Amino acid sequence: MREITLGNLDDIARGSGILGTGGGGDPYIGKLLAREAIRSHGPVRLVRIDEVRADATVVPVSGMGAPTVLLERVPNGREDAAALRALERHIGRRATHLAPLEVGGVNSMLPIACAARTGLPLVDEDAMGRAFPEAQMVLPGLAGISISPMALADDKGNTVVVEAVDNHTAERIARAVCVELGCQISCADTVLRGDQLAAGLVPATLTLAGRLGAAVREARAAHRDPVAAARVVLAGVPLLTGKVVDVMRRTEGGFARGHARIEGTREDAGRVLELGFQNEHLLATRDGVTVATTPDLIWFWTARPATR
Amino acid sequence: MRIGIDVGGTNTDAVLLGYDDRVLAAAKSPTTPDITSGVTAAVRALDPPAESVTAVMIGTTHFLNALVEGARLTPVAAVRLGLPATAAVPPMADWPARQRAAVGGYGYLCHGGREFDGRPLSPLDPEELKRTAADIAARGLTSVAVSSVFSPVAETDERQAAEILRAELGEGVHFSLSHDLGRVGLLARENATIINASLRDLATVIVESLGKALAELSITAPFFLSQNDGTLMDVDFARTCPVATFASGPTNSMRGAALLSGVGDCAVIDVGGTTADIGMLTGGFPREAAGESEAAGIRVNFRIPDVLSLGIGGGSLVSRRGGTGPRSVGHLLTREALVFGGTRLTATDLAVAAGRADIGDSAHVAHLEPEFTERALERIAGRLAEGVDRMRTSAAALPVVAVGGGSVLMPEPLPGFADVRRPAHFGVANAVGAAIAQIGGEVDRVFRVPDGRRDSVLAEARDEALGRALDAGARPGSVRVVDIEEVPLAYLPGGATRIRVKAVGDLDLRRIGDITWCGAGATADA
Repeated sequence: MREITLGNLDDIARGSGILGTGGGGDPYIGKLLAREAIRSHGPVRLVRIDEVRADATVVPVSGMGAPTVLLERVPNGREDAAALRALERHIGRRATHLAPLEVGGVNSMLPIACAARTGLPLVDEDAMGRAFPEAQMVLPGLAGISISPMALADDKGNTVVVEAVDNHTAERIARAVCVELGCQISCADTVLRGDQLAAGLVPATLTLAGRLGAAVREARAAHRDPVAAARVVLAGVPLLTGKVVDVMRRTEGGFARGHARIEGTREDAGRVLELGFQNEHLLATRDGVTVATTPDLIWFWTARPATR
Repeated sequence: MRIGIDVGGTNTDAVLLGYDDRVLAAAKSPTTPDITSGVTAAVRALDPPAESVTAVMIGTTHFLNALVEGARLTPVAAVRLGLPATAAVPPMADWPARQRAAVGGYGYLCHGGREFDGRPLSPLDPEELKRTAADIAARGLTSVAVSSVFSPVAETDERQAAEILRAELGEGVHFSLSHDLGRVGLLARENATIINASLRDLATVIVESLGKALAELSITAPFFLSQNDGTLMDVDFARTCPVATFASGPTNSMRGAALLSGVGDCAVIDVGGTTADIGMLTGGFPREAAGESEAAGIRVNFRIPDVLSLGIGGGSLVSRRGGTGPRSVGHLLTREALVFGGTRLTATDLAVAAGRADIGDSAHVAHLEPEFTERALERIAGRLAEGVDRMRTSAAALPVVAVGGGSVLMPEPLPGFADVRRPAHFGVANAVGAAIAQIGGEVDRVFRVPDGRRDSVLAEARDEALGRALDAGARPGSVRVVDIEEVPLAYLPGGATRIRVKAVGDLDLRRIGDITWCGAGATADA
């Protein structure tokens, strides 16, 4: 994939929703934002890791906050560029490329909208290859790259730049600012040099989301099994076919935590899968044995036959 | 006695129900373009003693059909309060072209709205609203949809903006306010509000047609329309809130199936002309779909029953190899099916050939190989059983209730389901469901649930839902909570939890006339 256009945006959104593994927020609003931005400003150029110069300045942009708020207080579209400009003023140089922070869920879409509006190229990789709940839980952190300086912006023109002593603290400060600014803000942070991308990002994840979305769409159109099609793209292993018989949810520390119990049907009749989640699906235990755990991506598909 | 009427796309069904909910009479008549004569014909066939009829309940898919066709809709001014937020996605940005064109596509972004905790997002700007009113007037728009950010948390901005616009626009302009129509999720709620606004003129026409039909039959009892959740709304509410009828079709058929079969917890298969719709009943109410719902390709925020549609109906075409559907002759069954002297092999022909149904002339299907017929019907049964299996949530034995004219296709029992019932009057379950509709009250919003206060917050929400059902005209003593749902919201401070409580009770006929209806707020232009 070389460009993100109105033609392949839906596939990327569909695929990124799948890569969200239960969390990450519904890409729907993000897709509408990206679509409106591409309609007004044209397609987004997508570049591979080897096309980025070693001294390039790559800035991941993302949204932070509550998915519920994003669905209600829809952005005005200028927040992410405002965060980016605030960060550029602080570090004294301009971004040459943008990057998604998390390819799973709505945060796959917001950088596309920002890239369309700013005209900057977008690198085809992200910082976790999935969705995860906190800002410091990303690959660049392992590579020793700091989240700070971190620029935050809201829909009214307020911006805050955070210089924190470590990544956990940056996350905590940003979370507090986020609540004050209405629980949904845009962030530009974790500045990467071009030669840090290989160590700090997961390659070709937007392309993967697009392929995944296309495979599911094509399977549905041809009345084939979309789950099987997705499994081929992802090299997935089936854990259990069954029905959800119980879901327990609670809020702890601002997260939706809980577990679901799935009883097997058909060839899995008699087996039971327990799924633990904190926003995303984190742990799958089948008949008392752990069969998948983070960093595995644990998917959960709803069976729906094609009707017409 | 009550009369239940289902005005469908093809047929208008009517039933007369006694005080003990027994079906005293049932009738079918073709739906007519003016609605009135179809309703009159169906009800006249019941031959009801007009003076003993205490209430008439009507279910109709007319409003949904109008949206699907993009016809008979009124152009709408869609006013959104939320600047500087929300500008990135203007109203109707994600609508199909046909529906967008049918409502005119006029969106206005203005200041106003709230943050998640009720703080002002930005103050209302009266001058901006006056300029908006001038544009609305210049375009000749007579129906306005007002949607404000976080109006389910604080609705005052929508009310104030409507007052300002009304003062400018004068009489004769309808207002639909989004907080009357639902819950958090701006675009879906705004969509429902715009759809509602576009149906206001049609609602007036339909309510008048229905009233006229009853007047012609000398029935003076009050009449009601059924809502998405199987509860009732009165005529004034129907005029202001037609969108609340959208999902009443499947709801009525499932509730009717429960009454006719006497089973409240079961799977219901409603086989019509083109599809078999499978839903689950719990305590006599349909299980509702999780996640977002769509109407005519537009995201909306109201709850609809969780229904699995298979392309199998009485009019479904049967291939030479014995496969059935999804193509169907639909309402042309009585012309095209073999048993009616037509030339196309339909599922109904199979049922007649197998001796399961006595429809049309069985001589026309005598040539079908019994083995072919049996195998084709077995395949239909297998697909229906698989559909029920997908919808069930437990392995426990599950009764299956079959309704709808096409349910003659089904054997008793289905593979894997020993208990299959096709109750008397299975062809008019829709109208029965309309007749037994109850009065509801619902609370659905974000509550703060501080640590250790969960029980008291839940009790508060329950009391509010019960109170709403009583206010809406339920008989005291009959009201009960039928559903509670709690969803903690990720990343919001203060234990923010979305709580939804639904209460229902029987219609209290003695109080008709002095009750406040569920959507009293919707009658902002009364």
